[in-house]
Amino acid sequence: MAILHTSTGKHHRIPSVTRGRKLDRLMPLVLLVASMVPILTTFGIVITLAADAWRFFAVVPLSEVFSTELAPLRAEPSFGILPLVNGTVLTSLIAMLVAIPVGLGTALYLSEFTSNRVRKIIKPIIEVIAGVPTIVYGYFAYSFVTPLLIKLLPGLGAKNVLSPGLVMGVMIIPIVASLSEDAMNAVQGSLREGAYALGSTRFEVAGKVVMPAAMSGIIASFVLGISRAVGETMIVSIASGSSKRFSFDITQSMQTMTGYIVEFTSGDAASGTTGYYSLYAVGLLLFIFTLILNLVSQAITRRFRLRAG
Amino acid sequence: MADKLQNIQIRTEALSLHYGAFQALKEVDLDIPARRITALIGPSGCGKSTFLKTLNRMNDLIEGVRVSGKVLIDGEDIYDPAVDVPLLRKKIGMVFQKPNPFPMTVYDNIAYGPRIHGIRNRRDLDEIVVRSLKDAALWPEVKDRLKTNALDLSGGQQQRLCIARALAVEPEILLLDESTSALDPASTSKIEDLMTQLKARYTIVMVTHNMQQAARISDWTAVFMLGEVIEYNRTGQLFNQPREQQTEAYLTGRFG
Repeated sequence: MAILHTSTGKHHRIPSVTRGRKLDRLMPLVLLVASMVPILTTFGIVITLAADAWRFFAVVPLSEVFSTELAPLRAEPSFGILPLVNGTVLTSLIAMLVAIPVGLGTALYLSEFTSNRVRKIIKPIIEVIAGVPTIVYGYFAYSFVTPLLIKLLPGLGAKNVLSPGLVMGVMIIPIVASLSEDAMNAVQGSLREGAYALGSTRFEVAGKVVMPAAMSGIIASFVLGISRAVGETMIVSIASGSSKRFSFDITQSMQTMTGYIVEFTSGDAASGTTGYYSLYAVGLLLFIFTLILNLVSQAITRRFRLRAG
Repeated sequence: MADKLQNIQIRTEALSLHYGAFQALKEVDLDIPARRITALIGPSGCGKSTFLKTLNRMNDLIEGVRVSGKVLIDGEDIYDPAVDVPLLRKKIGMVFQKPNPFPMTVYDNIAYGPRIHGIRNRRDLDEIVVRSLKDAALWPEVKDRLKTNALDLSGGQQQRLCIARALAVEPEILLLDESTSALDPASTSKIEDLMTQLKARYTIVMVTHNMQQAARISDWTAVFMLGEVIEYNRTGQLFNQPREQQTEAYLTGRFG
């Protein structure tokens, strides 16, 4: 900076130059502190979760935790987590059944089948969808998609797994589409040229050369989408309800892990009770869930990157 | 000059090409003989690579390119709307400036072309892979490494792999776009030897910046300048007794 000022013609003193050097030495420290904020926060979260979850696991036997009976407010409560895991897995599964094919198709279209001009218009629009607050999606699922689906499936409950699953899938499409498109776009043009020169059609270039070469990024986008689905709260709280029965019937209400936490932090569990500490146990499991997903994503990315050079 | 040529496989007639408003090729008429090596030389930006890419319609992939005039290959106009472009490119192999193997195994690189053209039988594919690698003088070096990633090969090996990959779809013509310019001298000379062997079976058209290379291995040489062919002759004659002053200036390194 100090050097730039001299080019304006003003006479600048040497001291401003030394000040710049000091700043250079100070800056990494400032940035280090900044980078520690998320790391320390994460540690803080883990410690809080683990400490309070411990109080839960000290009282409730593991055999009860891994059971299908969830009734935290009964006179003799039972804290089986499997109904919640089931609700989370089913809603996420439905979401990914929507998000993966549509997102990947969008990415392929943008990267391989359209002009730069069209891509520059469409991609930002898709990315805007990712910015819509999830409460809006939740409301949309409950008051628009569910009634629409009831016309097709008369047995569908007012609260059900199908509708929020589908809407969550739509919410995740931009994540899959945008990241996959980035990955495909990063594949060198020379590979495409090589494939075209061998007599490939556009479809063959996209499917047999570009997609395999971009596989690490594509899979990372899937895993990120799944983490989003697993952690998503608002849509499922609103539209899938709070039934704690263990079933695989996606036309009926189920509660997800996140939904359970929302229900019980909004006042049903008195502080200090086992029910209260169960929130931390569920939170910890959710944390471990997404942590594992992220590690898997990193491992896959690394493996494919080694192979793709 | 055309009267001295026999067995013409590629003929261009008033071939012009525009990138948007810029005219990169100006009514080029050129006859390229079958089973010979024809070198295209000239200063950077003279249109020689652009010309090469009109021969297998790789320019179609660039937005804003317009082509007029004719490119006749075996008498057929390849810019006719009825032409099946992927089939055309199968007939005309191309090797690029930088080696561009696919990020897959050596075997899958070679088998890629035959597979997309419908060969599924494992034994047939094996045979094609071996034959192509032998034809590209790469077999002894990779015969135990067919399952390794092609990106683990050296640059020179990668380029011969790309040649093998092009040969695997049984083309009749081979286009080389400065294909040795990114390689070391030893790899370059291997590929030059390979080309002199391959010309018995393939028509080879090569763009090169290396005039010694053109002099060493080509039979015919065309000199491009500002989108036009200013001189085209047998390589020996063109190098020893250039007709045009500009050719001589370029060959002696006075510009370009």
